[in-house]
Amino acid sequence: MSAPIQKSAAKTRAATQVVTGNRLTDGVVVYLDSAGGWSERLNDARVVEGAEALEAALAAGKAAEAAQVVVEAYPIDVKREPDGLRALRVREDIRARGPSVRVDLERPLGA
Amino acid sequence: MTPPVAATTAVQAFDDIEILDRPGAAPQPARSRDHLRRVPDPEPATSRPDPEGPLWRNGRFETDEWTMTAEDEAVGEGPAILPLERFLAERDGLGHRNAPLGVLVAAGESLSELIPHLTRVTLVVLSFPKFSDGRSMSTARLLRERHGFGGEIRATGDVLIDQMPLMRRCGVDSFDVQNPVTRKQLAAGKWPDVPFYLQPVGSSQQDEVAAGKRPWARRRAEAPRQAAE
Amino acid sequence: MYRYDEFDHDFVRARVAQFADQVERRLSGELTEDQFKPLRLMNGVYLQLHAYMLRIAVPYGTLSAKQMRMLAQIARKYDRGYGHFTTRQNLQFNWPALKDVPAILADLASVEMHALQTSGNCIRNVTSDHFAGAAADEVADPRPYAEILRQWSSIHPEFSFLPRKFKLCVIAAEHDRAAMQTHDIGLQLKRNAEGELGFAVFVGGGQGRTPMIAHKVRDFLPEEDLLAYVEAIMRVYNLHGRRDNKFKARIKILVHETGVEEITRQIEAEFAEVLKADLLRLPEDEIDRIRAYFAAPELAEKPARSGAFEAAKADSREFTAFAENNVSPHKAPGYGIVTVSLKPIGGIPGDASAEQMEVVADLAERYSQSEIRVSHEQNLVLPHVALDDMPALYATLAEHGLATGNAGLVTDIIACPGLDYCALANARSINIAQDLSNRFGSPERQEEIGELSIKISGCINACGHHHVGHIGLLGVDKRGEEVYQITLGGSADETAAVGTLVGPGFKTDEVGDAVETVVDTYLKLREGPDENFLAAVRRLGQKPFKEALYGAA
Repeated sequence: MSAPIQKSAAKTRAATQVVTGNRLTDGVVVYLDSAGGWSERLNDARVVEGAEALEAALAAGKAAEAAQVVVEAYPIDVKREPDGLRALRVREDIRARGPSVRVDLERPLGA
Repeated sequence: MTPPVAATTAVQAFDDIEILDRPGAAPQPARSRDHLRRVPDPEPATSRPDPEGPLWRNGRFETDEWTMTAEDEAVGEGPAILPLERFLAERDGLGHRNAPLGVLVAAGESLSELIPHLTRVTLVVLSFPKFSDGRSMSTARLLRERHGFGGEIRATGDVLIDQMPLMRRCGVDSFDVQNPVTRKQLAAGKWPDVPFYLQPVGSSQQDEVAAGKRPWARRRAEAPRQAAE
Repeated sequence: MYRYDEFDHDFVRARVAQFADQVERRLSGELTEDQFKPLRLMNGVYLQLHAYMLRIAVPYGTLSAKQMRMLAQIARKYDRGYGHFTTRQNLQFNWPALKDVPAILADLASVEMHALQTSGNCIRNVTSDHFAGAAADEVADPRPYAEILRQWSSIHPEFSFLPRKFKLCVIAAEHDRAAMQTHDIGLQLKRNAEGELGFAVFVGGGQGRTPMIAHKVRDFLPEEDLLAYVEAIMRVYNLHGRRDNKFKARIKILVHETGVEEITRQIEAEFAEVLKADLLRLPEDEIDRIRAYFAAPELAEKPARSGAFEAAKADSREFTAFAENNVSPHKAPGYGIVTVSLKPIGGIPGDASAEQMEVVADLAERYSQSEIRVSHEQNLVLPHVALDDMPALYATLAEHGLATGNAGLVTDIIACPGLDYCALANARSINIAQDLSNRFGSPERQEEIGELSIKISGCINACGHHHVGHIGLLGVDKRGEEVYQITLGGSADETAAVGTLVGPGFKTDEVGDAVETVVDTYLKLREGPDENFLAAVRRLGQKPFKEALYGAA
């Protein structure tokens, strides 16, 4: 059985993070956005810096779990690049973009 | 069809699954379970219905008249449960008691030393340390099927509703239910069983009848609703 | 094939109704994820990286054309137009929405399928030889016994909360095509000196973190005692298997720590008691009744040699490769068993599109008595094809990318979904399989290399069977980077063996070269084309491969 939360949280150490989870109804990857909603696109994510901001974002994640919006909200490391955000771990990069072996199923990252 | 415990085991109204009631499927007698040994009154007479009681038994919550004997405590006057090891150590000194005796068997604990003294016991409590720990399922079956234990077998520990129908087929007839969600669901009449079985167990605490041509297929007999009184 | 009777239908319908209720309670918030997770797993629903995943049981790898069509329909309606056949002979959909799962299960139930016990610490889908019922070398069809075990293990009250998952495999030939000795219980159907059917029983095989080959605990178990003996093994395991550490909870560890002799004694003692209760003896007429479902199809009599088949071979190199590698001997003269490769060069091992599923269903109806098999090697099988029909069958397969003549060759790679899909994975598997397939893809090179199995797992759980690959690759995560360890000399057949780690791992862009180095070393050192890779590794040991990969020490 998977334990994605612990796996990812333990390795969180970059300066910037976003909070992600899978949507309850269909399992689709979503990110907490600035408006407090959940977007399918990584570039819509609310980027947090520092322990306090992360805590607040995680609290929003917990609330979304309780409200049956997402399953297992957890933080991931991201980096700002010229063309947008990039998830640092391979696993999260694949979650953001879709399976690397199916370009036809690639997910848009958003503007 | 003389399941000895069925007389006291009421079957709930299984409202959640209705496909049971097929016309024309006349119940066939399942294998007899009269090999189960008679024991002294398996149920302390004072046990009574109580929605707040800890035990799910006879299709309802009941009070628990038994006392779990703590490690440094003397065995009390009333119905008393002792951990297996202590029961074995003190059994000679317990001969004078009139009140019923129960034994707590931990998950995976061997029954071999208890078996010769099983006739002195009216209750065996089996622990389920986690819902995912199925060792006591085997122990319950062995008690009923192999050793003919006809007394009460009680599940305690992490007892959740989704395991309860399986526990009952393995021989458990009372449940110490602490989990609030499970309590709520039981009270609401839920019993998440798939009432078609592919294992001919000799331990089930509900009436089961042979189903179809296969020698190992069973289905639940019609619920004797009046028995819930 | 087995057909559900009214009881089976009632059983599966009740289970679907039960799970539909649980899904509703989850979506409404009555159940938390923690409460729901064990329930969904019992119904084959995982939450993976991108979405939920539904694992559907294909009992002992046998499918009808009708069932395959339903899988295609589900792929289109509820998924993204494809599915993935697994090393457990099952099918996984990668994208179903949770809210749709009850409807999918109802559709499956309508064609006598389900997703029961495809996860969780219970008795999983019973696997078998994918050539069962057709193979020239089998003693009898093993599937009736697999079906009996499937039924008996379904929602077993005593054995649904085992220390860990539990896998059974039944085969019926000396040549093991189903990796039987890597299962928790392996059963080999055989005849004794009196000609009676029974089983050699193997216990304690498994892959994962601590790979082990199963030990034989019984040389001959009468067929009527099949369930009684399996129950005895299960009970010993349920009561005594370790529950303190999930990595040591499989029966292989219990066998290892208890000792084969002692565990055999315990099993036999328990078996003697189970026999006394006399609840599980299989009546002969019941075995016959189940066996009747699997009666060999009535095939029109044919001469052993087919002119059309031979002519097509003379005509085309591709067809010759297909005929030599993908057509296996059938019981009946003039017929062959066709392996439909799901390993196109550069493709994703085990994936099939909805359209391909329908093509295979059509072909099964036209040429193979409506029967299809799924192999643990992640290919499909059409078990009863007349040699005369092979050219036409081949032509249709080729139109749909299903005619790659590479069964058993270096590009017939087993790979788990890996980090592209799986929440447990540490590294990708599919991209490595694709790279290797492209490197070795030319027909000439494959023929030159001959029989060679490469198996790739993206984590230590070993769904890609890397331990028993002639060449095994295990993906690990080294400080955020995907690294692949190479093992050599594993085998999944009757000479089952766990491969040996050859040395430090290789990065994604190095591992292809490393495997080529291993293969080139074999080609250089083999005694001739008759000495296949495995035989050469067994003769040569690791040393020459080590030196080729890492330089002389």
